[in-house]
Amino acid sequence: MLEVVNLECQRGDRCLFSELSFTLQRGELIHLHGHNGSGKTTLLRALCGLILPTSGEIRWQGSAIDSLREEFAANVTYIGHKGAIKGGLTALENLQIASRLDGFAITEEHAWRALERIGLRGFEDLPTRVLSQGQKRRVALARLLVNRAPLWVLDEPFVALDRAAVGLLQGVIADHVANAGMVMLTTHQEVSLTTGEVRQLQLGVGALGHA
Amino acid sequence: MLDIFRTLLWRDITLAMRSRADLVANLFFFIIVVSLFPLGIGPEMATLRLIAPGVVWVAALLASMLALERIFAADYEDGTLEQMLLTPQPLALLILAKVAAHWLVTGVPLVLIAPVLGLQYNLSGEMLQVLIVTLLLGTPSLSLIGAIGAALTLGLRGGGVLNALLVMPLTIPVLIFGAGAVEATASGLGGIGHLYLLGAILLAALFFAPLAAAAALRISAE
Repeated sequence: MLEVVNLECQRGDRCLFSELSFTLQRGELIHLHGHNGSGKTTLLRALCGLILPTSGEIRWQGSAIDSLREEFAANVTYIGHKGAIKGGLTALENLQIASRLDGFAITEEHAWRALERIGLRGFEDLPTRVLSQGQKRRVALARLLVNRAPLWVLDEPFVALDRAAVGLLQGVIADHVANAGMVMLTTHQEVSLTTGEVRQLQLGVGALGHA
Repeated sequence: MLDIFRTLLWRDITLAMRSRADLVANLFFFIIVVSLFPLGIGPEMATLRLIAPGVVWVAALLASMLALERIFAADYEDGTLEQMLLTPQPLALLILAKVAAHWLVTGVPLVLIAPVLGLQYNLSGEMLQVLIVTLLLGTPSLSLIGAIGAALTLGLRGGGVLNALLVMPLTIPVLIFGAGAVEATASGLGGIGHLYLLGAILLAALFFAPLAAAAALRISAE
């Protein structure tokens, strides 16, 4: 379980949000809303431990995440604006290396299957720098298909994807939530995330309610 | 753990081999700087031999600084660095792997080409041997110390110059003992003491530099 207690974050001199508290249980999804600049990305990065909050605490299974560090990192998958894929490596190499660094090695066959499922059949062996934006995004998102971390933190995962890929990704997210996973995501696109327990969190206004 | 080290080492070497322009540029920078001195100073054998160790070492230092600027920059830009901070692996180990890969593709070519360049300075066989050993012991230290500066200046505008200003003073001992070993050999004193000191610096850098760079990266990546 992820607990956020009285979190406050500042960027520069500006306070983005303060006294933010919520919990994320297994089998839940929180859809984070907010206008541009309301601190969505900052909140997501703070949840992963990439940014130190100004005050407040983030707890994983009851302990503060900055004391858990690597132990917590094993439980989180973060996909941000930057896809974290290497242009000089092929899609297959990218996926295999990312998985190995995440602490679980996958077989080549497993990686092939994941890339096929995400719609990159025939592009597995090309350097990712020659792929289109949407295809690069798919390579980055293929990590979710082979992933075993319970908490997914996804910053605008649907950007640059075509309709088929959006549908596929929604299915993957729904499966993850159904398998007692946790998802925290932000998106401006109109997507129906109806499966499982979906909660809406509005930044800038500060209200948290059930959908 | 060794597996993670190997994975990242392999990744960085593969990436470097697939875009070789940077590596070649770095090597040519070293060759040109070292070769400019005989042209500028003139073909006075005794003078050239006297300045050779210092010139080669300063050039190696400058070439290392030039290459170090890029060690974390590409990973920072495409987001893989962010992911490295979020892996359940010790960050210092990942940094050690990156530095090792960086040294293998930028440092080792310098060491290999140095004896050829040394011939321009009329260095004796014995001096060339000592020069290679000093470079072999010294250039990894340069990469390790430089990684701290590169981590600190990551994402800053003009970070390369700032990095050089931060790191170069720290590399002075390596320069002194590196060039000193060759000079001591030439004068018949024997450079073994210098080599031991270079080895000691390398061991200290191997242990402390990845930890320091890890702390710096966590700050820079915020």
